[in-house]
Amino acid sequence: MAEREAEHSDDAAVINRAGVAALLQALVDSGHHLVGPTVRDGAIIYTDITGLTDLPQGWTDRQAGGSYRLERRGDAALFGYAATPQSWKRFLHLPTVRLWRAERTDDGFAISEAPEPARKIALIAARACDLQAIAIQDRVLQGGRYPDPGYAARRRDIFVVAVNCGSAGGTCFCVSMQTGPRVRSGFDLALTELIDGDRHEFLVEVGSPGGAALLAQLPRRRAGGDDVAAAAAVVARTAAAMGRAMPRPADVPALLRRNLEHPRWEAVADRCLSCANCTMVCPTCFCTSVEDTISLDGRTAERVQRWDSCFTMDFSHVHGGSVRASPRSRYRQWMTHKLSTWWEQFGTSGCVGCGRCITWCPVGIDITEEVAAIAASDGAGGARGTP
Amino acid sequence: MAARADGASAPFLPRIARVRSRRRETHDTWSLALDAAGMAGEPGQFNMLYAFGIGEIPVSVSSDAAATGPLVHTIRAVGAVSEALAALRPGAALGLRGPFGTTWPLAEAAGGDLVIVAGGLGLAPLRGAIRRALAERGRYGRIAVLYGTRSPADILYRSEVERWRRLDVEVAVTVDHADQRWHGNVGVVTKLIGRAGFAAAHATAFVCGPEIMMRFTASALEAAGIAPARIHLSLERNMKCAVGQCGRCQFGGSLICRDGAVMRYDRVRPLLTIREL
Ligand SMILES: Cc1cc2nc3c(=O)[nH]c(=O)nc-3n(C[C@H](O)[C@H](O)[C@H](O)COP(=O)(O)OP(=O)(O)OC[C@H]3O[C@@H](n4cnc5c(N)ncnc54)[C@H](O)[C@@H]3O)c2cc1C
Ligand code: SF4
Ligand code: SF4
Repeated sequence: MAEREAEHSDDAAVINRAGVAALLQALVDSGHHLVGPTVRDGAIIYTDITGLTDLPQGWTDRQAGGSYRLERRGDAALFGYAATPQSWKRFLHLPTVRLWRAERTDDGFAISEAPEPARKIALIAARACDLQAIAIQDRVLQGGRYPDPGYAARRRDIFVVAVNCGSAGGTCFCVSMQTGPRVRSGFDLALTELIDGDRHEFLVEVGSPGGAALLAQLPRRRAGGDDVAAAAAVVARTAAAMGRAMPRPADVPALLRRNLEHPRWEAVADRCLSCANCTMVCPTCFCTSVEDTISLDGRTAERVQRWDSCFTMDFSHVHGGSVRASPRSRYRQWMTHKLSTWWEQFGTSGCVGCGRCITWCPVGIDITEEVAAIAASDGAGGARGTP
Repeated sequence: MAARADGASAPFLPRIARVRSRRRETHDTWSLALDAAGMAGEPGQFNMLYAFGIGEIPVSVSSDAAATGPLVHTIRAVGAVSEALAALRPGAALGLRGPFGTTWPLAEAAGGDLVIVAGGLGLAPLRGAIRRALAERGRYGRIAVLYGTRSPADILYRSEVERWRRLDVEVAVTVDHADQRWHGNVGVVTKLIGRAGFAAAHATAFVCGPEIMMRFTASALEAAGIAPARIHLSLERNMKCAVGQCGRCQFGGSLICRDGAVMRYDRVRPLLTIREL
């Protein structure tokens, strides 16, 4: 997948619903497993799908702090919803993965890798924030000196069909984080859904040679100036309807660095349940633990890696106790990591503004509101920490 | 793909090492000399040691890779994994990944005095550095080893510490709790700093011990005139992967497995006073 930036360029085309169906079929025919949105258990989730009929046609979501509800739209939009509960993370950075097995031998033991074969998957309807989140996990999991081979293998062959968001969720703030709503890179094909009266079409832009080759197989027409303008209007409307904003994002890393003892951490800790929901739904949170197990006969052992959360006590355990024993210190760790220390560690923000942590927090804690509160009384509690 | 020497192509996969010999240091601490086929580590670095079916933990290198002789790890038995490792007998197999992390900056210290301050088990990660400095004794001015420990019975590497005294090193030991036979210093290790002879303007300090001990020690060394950028600490946090991906060893903007464990005091000082970071 090419990293080139898409323009509303000459190779853009327009397809209809049948074209979307053909696109999905062409991906299946070229050996891809489709992973995309579908309605299940009262939510639109990303899961294995088989084709067009699985898409959440006519559905949208209403999201607010601590709440998520599906609603009917007045039209037949295929992609008329915002961020899903879980991100693509669970397909690339797996929730559970066996790292290796060990077997007793006559003079000790031997260790062997047991890699699970990577599936060739196509991500259907990935959003701008989703793609930025994947780019961030790429940096963490394969951008350093020791790339995670499992992640790299799963990541390598993905085909990405992106979608420019046609409606903003109530908790989204991608505009302020400069990550959306328009996709800029990291995709093979990008769709913008155009619905107007009887019209139901999709502008398709090309992001890679593989995308261009696939598009060439579909029933389509060349995009005209008004198609491109209509698509731009969709994105502009979404951007204008954004539910939330991160206040002055460029200043946030330093703001948090100098407010590590701000009284607001205590206030948010009084509400936070340490449930770890925010870290599970966050598309960039990458922390893991490992579990070592041994068979009953004592002959084989294995190591499994699992998603973990900085909200657990075990996360910071050292002999003698947890470093972050109070909820205050754990919430502070999470939020300063997302917005501040991630820059020092990986040269990027750890937040893409998808709003999932706000929607799925059972008590509706809002990361943008917490930043705003600290900014409003910058230095309260003594400006301690790194200037 | 051929595995790179540092395991970069299979970073989660331990290789097998074997215990060559085992030596009891104190009532709860053992040193293991390992046959580890080319796997070593510089003073200050650490390896991830795996006990079959039980788990894996970070343990510092206590030997000097530049000297002949095996890789040595000194392990205090405090929990499931460290107990299992400390109990391994000669010939037993264990898993090893590494080496990881930064080193004690011995080259930077050359030409001036070297002040080494250890608290408790903190002497283990410093032992390789002391050995290296002694092997190239002429490169340094005065060398001081200031060591504080709980009780006389907890003194690590006891005979070796005595030998250092004879090799033109100023060795001072202090204990928190003396017994009847102890005639030495009693009290915190920072008390030894004022009495040690070093020329602060050109001195470099290496400090390892419990975090609170390092905080007080570093600030005492600074008060004694050593520049904060020449004071180095070895930090500790929970650690699972050692390759910058499990997120557990975060210390503010640093990952201790990657940016540490040995870190410069001037860079971490503002964070050392933040509780529960
Ligand atoms: C860079 C570094 C170097 C170290 N060097 C040495 C050494 O040379 N000798 C030595 O005896 N010990 C050393 N330690 C500490 C050693 O790793 C812990 O004592 C050990 O992890 C305890 O594990 P356990 O299962 O025996 O105990 P438990 O208390 O049951 O620990 C359970 C788990 O918590 C984590 N954990 C607990 N304590 C620590 C800790 N202090 N640091 C990191 N993770 C921890 C581990 O994942 C461990 O498996 C070092 C730690 C670090 C980070
Ligand atoms: S911190 Fe919240 S808004 Fe930011 S990327 Fe994670 S889940 Fe989305
Ligand atoms: S901030 Fe909300 S979602 Fe995150 S741990 Fe606290 S209560 Fe759970």
